[in-house]
Parts: sequence; structure tokens; C-alpha cells
Amino acid sequence: MTSREIAGKTIEFDEDGFLANPQDWDKDVAQELAHEVGIDELTASHWQVIEFSRSDFDERGEAPTLRRLKVAAGVPTKDLYELFPKKPAKKIAYVSGLGKPHGCI
Amino acid sequence: MKKLLILGAGTAGTMVANKMIHHLDLLEWDITIVDQDETHYYQPGFLFIPFGIYGPNDVIKPKRNYIPAGVNLIMSPIEQIEPEKNRVRLAKDSRYLEYDYLVIATGTRPVPEETPGLEGPGWGDTIHEFYTHSGAVTLAKRLRYWDGGRLVVNIMEMPFKCPVAPLEFVFLADWWFHEQGLRDKVDITFVTPLPGAFTKPRAGALLGDILERKNVHLVTDFYAEGVDQDAKVLRSYDENEVPYDMLVTIPVNMGAEMIAQSGLGDELNHVPVDKHTFVHADYDNIFALGDAAALPTSKAGSVAHFAVETWTENFLRYIDGLEMTHQFDGHANCYIESGFGKGILIDFNYDVEPLPGKFPLPGVGPFSLLQESEMNHWGKMMFRWMYWNILLKGKEMPITSQMSMAGKWN
Repeated sequence: MTSREIAGKTIEFDEDGFLANPQDWDKDVAQELAHEVGIDELTASHWQVIEFSRSDFDERGEAPTLRRLKVAAGVPTKDLYELFPKKPAKKIAYVSGLGKPHGCI
Repeated sequence: MKKLLILGAGTAGTMVANKMIHHLDLLEWDITIVDQDETHYYQPGFLFIPFGIYGPNDVIKPKRNYIPAGVNLIMSPIEQIEPEKNRVRLAKDSRYLEYDYLVIATGTRPVPEETPGLEGPGWGDTIHEFYTHSGAVTLAKRLRYWDGGRLVVNIMEMPFKCPVAPLEFVFLADWWFHEQGLRDKVDITFVTPLPGAFTKPRAGALLGDILERKNVHLVTDFYAEGVDQDAKVLRSYDENEVPYDMLVTIPVNMGAEMIAQSGLGDELNHVPVDKHTFVHADYDNIFALGDAAALPTSKAGSVAHFAVETWTENFLRYIDGLEMTHQFDGHANCYIESGFGKGILIDFNYDVEPLPGKFPLPGVGPFSLLQESEMNHWGKMMFRWMYWNILLKGKEMPITSQMSMAGKWN
């Protein structure tokens, strides 16, 4: 557990480097977390994904998989790779202030 | 009469039938199990068929032999579960079966049509899978006459059943090509959507080292979008390509289509249930066991076995109106065949990753955890007998259903 200052707030991060408490998150925090993973500007398309992920987390207790984002949120996987390049599932969870995706085994 | 209905007579469903026949009073209970196929496959054995270690007939037995007298067995496809009406519609005679309690054990299966370009002219020729009996047998024939090239083994998507099998496949392929005198002509690449060889960090590191030692290339974070059969490449969503001469794929795994039609599944038709008690998220008289359940642990026979043991204790309390006090911990126990007559054993649960140690007797073994040994290989080979004669019949195994830390070290 470490803590850092993000958008004027002191925020705790878990051992995987993800936000420890999803309730610490707000839109300014998201913007700054996005910068950290190389996304300059959060567009409406980004926000659609982030907002779905947050509400899905509230309901199911885990960050959505790419397939869930495709099927339940209707965002094609290709678009997710464009919005959150290289590691979309991880980056989406990170920017949305959720824990590391399980990647279930 | 109260009615217990079990859907699926695979590993989990068969174990449930065999447990329940001993615990439920048949003057009060009607137990019925439904399946559409007559043949029970020993699925862990599919891995050995492509390399001729097992023949096609070494992994099959009639399902009927494993369903105890006193349990009604109906052979029919299942069309739909109607959870509001507590009944299930079968394809055969459009018959309805009513239930007081329902156990969904319809498993998960490879669905190659989910990936663009995977099926088509190359399927069964340059593109193979070994998660079905026919796929494994076809691959065995093809491998026998293959003269080498780029062998690519890829995982399309998580989760899929028996998560160690693709690694075992490359370990065995390395051994087998050595035996054939072909290893110098075969370039083996393992392609995974995960960030490493395996999800759990310590096991992932060990397995990654073994891949390197066996000269198997590892491509990680590769989420395959599709296959271009003309160019013979596997393509990812972020536009990376892996060329192949022979592709052995683990297709997307999905639960039964009937689950989706019944509105009981997630986006992969796996059934969301409580991870400790297996009760369905929306219906308190529906359970899902085995691969059919959406749980954050491996889809594997050992998990199904430990889950059924825990579920049995709980279910007997539940039908008496008592609280379910046994909590399933996600326990999994997997032999990993590593080639050249050796194997690795891993033992883990929801919270504890695979650790080194001795198993099942602390300090003694005979099996070594998270380490290669010949004894582990024999454990794996012996397991087929255990599966048919002990596990499926619901008899006691010398392993506790809850994971134990005894004999493990950090």
C-alpha cells in the first residue's frame, strides 16, 4: 500500500498499483491517471467506457473484461484498443479507479 | 416428492448424482439427471492423444455406467430453463421437467466460430484444437506426418477450461519433436492474452523459465482478433502478427447456448453464482457447479470435485432450512505434464497462489509442489484410474476440499 497526491487529493494505491478505494476517485483524478498511462485527453468515448466500468463494478464487484465491454456496453474491442492503447483492460480499470482486473484463471 | 434436477452428466453433474444418492432419502426425493450425449470423455486425457500417448479409445466410457441406480437418467438436449416456473424444457418430446432445486452442470466448450477466420479451409489441416475428442484425434493424425515449421499454440481468451493444458501441450510437443528427431526443424511459440505464462505470479515465473529452457518463444498480452488463413498469421487487436505453419488454438470457451436463452448467464454463458456457496445470483433454488459456473478460479476437474464436496455439505443443510456454513475457497489442484517423463504439481485457491512444498503429506509428499519431478508425472498418469473409479463415483479422495497450508513454504 502506498499513497500519492493526485489532483490535490491524497490517494492510496494497492500492491498492484491500482486505486485501493474506488470511492477516492473523481473525474479530476481520472484525468490525471489517464495522463500517467499516456492518454492526453479523455474524450466522450473514453468517458462512456469509464462510466460503464464504474457502474458495472458497483453491481458486480470487479472491473469488466474486454468481452463484457463489447457485449454489455456495446464498445467494439478494436475501439477499446484505440482509446486505451496496448493494455486496454488494465488501463480502463486503472483510469476508472478500480482494482486490477482478475484476468481469471 | 421433492425434486432435484441436475443438468449435465459430465464430471460435476455425475459427482452430484453419486453424492446425492447416498444422502437423500429416495422415498422423499426424486433425483433426475439430463444429458444429450451418451459418452463420458476423460477430458484431461485429450492432451495425450495428439502425441500418441493415449489412443482415441483410452478416454471414453458410457455415461450410463456412472449414473447410480435410483437416479433417473434422461438423454435429451435441453432447450430452456424457466426459472420463474421452476421447470426445464427438453428437446425430446418438448417435455417439461419440474424441480424444487436445480443444479446446472452443463460445462463449457470451445467455440471456434467466435473468432473470425479460425474455421474455414485450414481448419483441421493447418489449424487445430485438442479440447474435443475429434479435434485431438485429427491433430494426432496430422502431427504424425508433419515435417516441421512454425508451430504456434495460442489462447484466444480467458477464461478457458484446464488453464495449464496449453502449456502442457507445448512441453509435450517439445519432447515429442525431440523423440521424432524433428526438434531442430520446429519453431515453437506460445501466444497468450495474459501478461505472463500463467496468471499466478510464482507459478508464472517457474513456467516461464521452463518455456525458455525448452526454447519455446513466449508472446504475451496478445489478444487475438482473428486469423488470416491466406497469409497464415494470427492477428491481434493492436495489429501485431504471429506467423504460423501450424496453429494449435484454444478457442473462446463458452457455456451452453441454452444458458443464454434462459437469461441465466454472463456474456460467455457462464452462470454467475456466489463463489462460496454456488447459489445463483437471482434464484435461490438454482446452483451452478463445475465449468458452467462463473467463478474466479480455474475451470478444472479438481475444482469441480472440491466444489461438489463443499456444496454437498451445504445442500444437505440448506434443504433442512439451515444456513450454509461451508465456504468454498476456490481450491484447485493441477498436475502439469512438463515433458520427458516429468511433471509439476500446483495447489492453490482464491487467495493463495501456488507455493512450493510437499503434497499431500506435509514434508513427505510423495508429490512436490511447484517443482518438476518424475513422481508428479506418475501422479498425473495414475489420475485417470482415480477419475473413473473414485472421483466420478463420489467416493472419498485423500485430499481435503479446503486448501491446506501444511507442507508449503513461502
